[in-house]
Amino acid sequence: MTSLPHATSDVRLGLVIDLDTCVGCQACVTACKEWNTGGHMAPLTDYDPYGAAPDGVWFNRVHSYEHTKADGCGETVHFPRSCLHCETPACVTVCPTGASYKRASDGIVLVDEDKCIGCKLCSWACPYGAREFDTDVGVMKKCTLCVDRIYNENLPEADRVPACVASCPTGARHFGDLGDPASPVSQLIAERGGVDLMPELGYRPTNKYLPPRTRKAAEPAPALTATDGVGGLLGWVDRILSR
Amino acid sequence: MNAPTPPVPGPHAPHGANSAPTQRPLADNRAPNEGDGVETSPTVSDEVRKTTCYMCACRCGIDVHIKDGVVRYIAGNRDHPVNRGVLCGKGSAGIMQHYSPSRLRKPLLRVGERGKGEFKEIEWEEALTIAADRLRHIRATDPKKLAFFTGRDQSQSLTGWWASQFGTPNFSAHGGFCSVNMAAAGLYTIGGAFWEFGEPDWERARYFLLFGVAEDHDSNPIKIGIGRLKARGAKVVSVNPCRTGYNAVADEWLGIRPGTDGLFVMALIHELLKAGRVDLDYLAKFTNAHVLVIRDPGAADDGLFLRDADGKLLAFDSVEKRAVDALSAEIHPALVGEVTVNGRRCVPVFQLLAERYLDPSYAPDAVAERCGLPADTIRRIAAELAEAAFEQSFELAVPWTDWAGRRHETMRGRPVAMHAMRGISAHSNGFHTCRAIHLLQVLLGTVDVPGGFRFKPPFPKPAPPGPKPAGKDGGKPNTPLAGMPLGFVTGPEDLLLDESGGPVRIDKAYSWEAPIAAHGLMHMVIANAAKGDPYRIDTLFLYMANMAWNSSMNTAGTMDMLTARDADGGYKIPFIIYSDAYASETVAYADLVLPDTTYLERHDCISLLDRPISHADGPGDAIRWPVMEPDRDVRPFQTVLIDLGARVGLPGLVKEDGSPRYRDYADYIVHHERTPGIGPLAGWRGADGTEHGRGAPNPEQLDRYIEHGGFWHHEFAPGERYYKMANRDYLETAVRMGFIPKAEPIVFQLYSEVLQKFRLAARGHGAVQPPDGERARIEAHFDPLPIWYVPFEEAAEGDADYPLHAITQRPMHMYHSWGSQNAWLRQITNQNRLFVHRGTATGLGISDDDWVWIESRHGRVRGQVKLVDGVNPNTVWTWNAIGKRKGAWRLKDGAPEGERGFLLNHAISELTPPDARGRRYSNSDPVTGQAAWFDLKVRLIRCTSGSECAEPQFEKLPCPPNMPAVPETSHFGESFRKEREHEEAGR
Repeated sequence: MTSLPHATSDVRLGLVIDLDTCVGCQACVTACKEWNTGGHMAPLTDYDPYGAAPDGVWFNRVHSYEHTKADGCGETVHFPRSCLHCETPACVTVCPTGASYKRASDGIVLVDEDKCIGCKLCSWACPYGAREFDTDVGVMKKCTLCVDRIYNENLPEADRVPACVASCPTGARHFGDLGDPASPVSQLIAERGGVDLMPELGYRPTNKYLPPRTRKAAEPAPALTATDGVGGLLGWVDRILSR
Repeated sequence: MNAPTPPVPGPHAPHGANSAPTQRPLADNRAPNEGDGVETSPTVSDEVRKTTCYMCACRCGIDVHIKDGVVRYIAGNRDHPVNRGVLCGKGSAGIMQHYSPSRLRKPLLRVGERGKGEFKEIEWEEALTIAADRLRHIRATDPKKLAFFTGRDQSQSLTGWWASQFGTPNFSAHGGFCSVNMAAAGLYTIGGAFWEFGEPDWERARYFLLFGVAEDHDSNPIKIGIGRLKARGAKVVSVNPCRTGYNAVADEWLGIRPGTDGLFVMALIHELLKAGRVDLDYLAKFTNAHVLVIRDPGAADDGLFLRDADGKLLAFDSVEKRAVDALSAEIHPALVGEVTVNGRRCVPVFQLLAERYLDPSYAPDAVAERCGLPADTIRRIAAELAEAAFEQSFELAVPWTDWAGRRHETMRGRPVAMHAMRGISAHSNGFHTCRAIHLLQVLLGTVDVPGGFRFKPPFPKPAPPGPKPAGKDGGKPNTPLAGMPLGFVTGPEDLLLDESGGPVRIDKAYSWEAPIAAHGLMHMVIANAAKGDPYRIDTLFLYMANMAWNSSMNTAGTMDMLTARDADGGYKIPFIIYSDAYASETVAYADLVLPDTTYLERHDCISLLDRPISHADGPGDAIRWPVMEPDRDVRPFQTVLIDLGARVGLPGLVKEDGSPRYRDYADYIVHHERTPGIGPLAGWRGADGTEHGRGAPNPEQLDRYIEHGGFWHHEFAPGERYYKMANRDYLETAVRMGFIPKAEPIVFQLYSEVLQKFRLAARGHGAVQPPDGERARIEAHFDPLPIWYVPFEEAAEGDADYPLHAITQRPMHMYHSWGSQNAWLRQITNQNRLFVHRGTATGLGISDDDWVWIESRHGRVRGQVKLVDGVNPNTVWTWNAIGKRKGAWRLKDGAPEGERGFLLNHAISELTPPDARGRRYSNSDPVTGQAAWFDLKVRLIRCTSGSECAEPQFEKLPCPPNMPAVPETSHFGESFRKEREHEEAGR
């Protein structure tokens, strides 16, 4: 079993995902795949990519489904799902070899492939389904929070954000230090009422989801009052206009 | 209320769409000393090359990171005005398109029966000789026997010009089966259109009405914009039968019944007129609302505008009490009231409009049931539109000068914006419906004002713009056409008709069957050519449209037409040349295949002469350039076309001595001038590269584009950015840039005199009249004001036998048929389901995951059901072009796309049901010829067990020769890691 680290800093890096504007376009999904298949845990193997059962390793997936709200109204939900970099991650504590670990300096949960024996205990332990076993390589893989982008001195500074955040066309993804209450992401969470995913499980996810804003179903517009048919309209229009 | 102009970011400030403080790098982004051995600063790439995406039609800027000669990563270009750094799900999967095993490798010559997919590889010289010999003979004898249709072409200013030089009128790209209704309705009404010619004012709109939209029209700007609108608290209302994608995040979803959007919009107009909530000042200034229309039933000029002896349009001045030049300044135009001028009874356009839409038949209560929307909702939306347009009106503190030289200290904003696309377009009533949406926008005074719908340069243009279509004589041997094959007719005299009044063009564009067919009818070419109606052709030359599968109606029939033979054994379509980059279904039907490159291996220009990518704040264009070298014996289609043109001796493509004028497409892009100083690219023109818009060719132009990130963008001065239709500074800039011929105001055509001219012809007036059998159809559909009518298939069949509407949508991560060959994208979607409303399914005894027959008047398709709540109950829908023919696209046996994915096209006829005379027309809008894909009506029959496979099925296509094996497993990216570890070990 693997111990959680004694944090050497208060930094807790993570993502904030806005369910109000996620349109389910899969942009973050393929941007993640594209970056990471050549990145820290490369490759993100694809099995039978042109065949009967195409499948593969993805660090980030978006699910679209329908849901009936408490008021009985239906809604379509787009739900991006990736590692939440939990504060008390069972995927780490369950690991028999120390391969699965949480970084003390920034809170990112990673897998050390050299230590991973492919036992998959971590994927059983993770309630969020965020672990991806590469059957070809025989090791567990997962979101790295683009650890090879966010500090990368070989990238222009503006690009040092996770690939999913950079690509998201609706701007629904945010990144930062959730350990710092003054950070822009912490303020965004406070402002929009960001929530934990399944907090009752007690893993204390770092990533947060912003719930949909209240929908403007009926604007407080005054009802239109009719003038009196064509005759009324003609009277109303009969004013001096200029061109 | 004054809204400040957003600050322009400096070069080092955070910029791009995702540059909020919550989307920036960590303030301290030095790697912490974790001590876990993770390499946090790997070398990403050896080089970043900036070019333009082609994963859909959106044309975003991309940064292609290349490592060791392999594409490592493709990111959005943060400086690019289209995508501002973001990239959609398709764009980021570009690597898998570039390395697709389906890429064609070498020219192919058919060796077996056509349609069997049996080919031998040949050298390019042989391929080009075969093609050039054939084309040369056609051109010398009867050039219209070449039908050249270029599909999802982004180089139509070249391909159309090439056809014109060849001398065939038979040219178009895919607009006829895509969105010509939107383009034509917009251009004939406001001189611009949705998407490529205009966009919502994302930064200032407070109320946004979104009608059925196809994903790539336009992809990232809509997504960025919706994010912006919602962040600012604007209200987003979506009008769409399906509650997916954008509709899922809208504040309010109106699940309208397909084909009734026009009626809904006219009911909104009814409500606004009834309450007097329209912008009269705007109408008087910028539209033809005041122009006098002759009211003289039976006369040859009934319904035309009243003109003076000099041909000037007249209006009635309510102060002077006399007729005045309607287009002059400082008049006081009356918008209502019948007057008699020069002995002619007339009324202003606005009165006709008010009489039309105030009719009780357009009242919300009258349309609610048909639209599937409560009347109260329609009334409320009308009230909300009025409240947003008028109560939330604001003044932008930007001075401007109008066309008459009058200075205005502010720009009035009306923050209501609209966007509409495929869901409106793909119906037989789409032209009028789109015109109705523009009419609604104009009545609210929201077109090209702050907060409204904004034109993208080079638009607006005069409505309609020129030029007219060329080729009236059908083309003469060895003679170029007098102009471009596609254009804009302004009356029956501009139609392309033969001596007996029949069509000149093979697709019958610009005939009485489709008079305003501004994009041609690509969907009818194969059917007409196989039938010899109106005549037989020799060679069908296709580019980049999967006509033997998802781009045709009646797909099985189309495959038969492509292989049909005459009594003498020859093919009815004697020769087919096809250019594609990939092993699509259509490749098997070609006699000669010219393999194209991928989008990373080619030059292209995204031209203002063609389908621009401008922003409302300023014009732009862009290039593609070969950021990767092809590893196969393939050539870019446009370079091949230029080569063929030179071999055939087309005037514009050879020098005086007969040698090729252009080396390749890149050479053409730089040196071709359409008119002096105007070429394919507007940036860095002039011998020294300092001129923009107009200027002499600059031999180093492409280098300048590459240095500047692959695109050119010019920012208008603040005073030029709105009211472009009547803004003197803008209009003068537009003339200088070559966008419009004269700096004259553009007048919105609420009432279309062009349409009335056709109607008069149908009533027996004028030199060019429809045949007797066509008069009623023209009379009915060429109303000068927008009308609504039941889509043709529904009108003919009623609701009894086929009670459900059936439509398709494009997944946000797929572009027509291309996505299924993509190893990543097909993991996201590889089987399309038929989405059926839960309540509707219950009534039919259909359960989730059942297989059903989807039956139409034309045919039947078998597919698997997925039950949903978020769909109009009278509507079923599926993802477009996921179903594939077995063997195509290098997909292996058992691929779900071939086994379980279905193609709805098999249920769609290319012809309307027969009318009372037994006459069948193309299944299209009668005004524009736009393919009416979404008119389809179906019924569902639950399948019994043991039928878990899609129908119909066809013989498996063989693989083209010498294609590499398809991998069992893909380890793409592993090489980068190995290289990195090798580098680390060496350090």
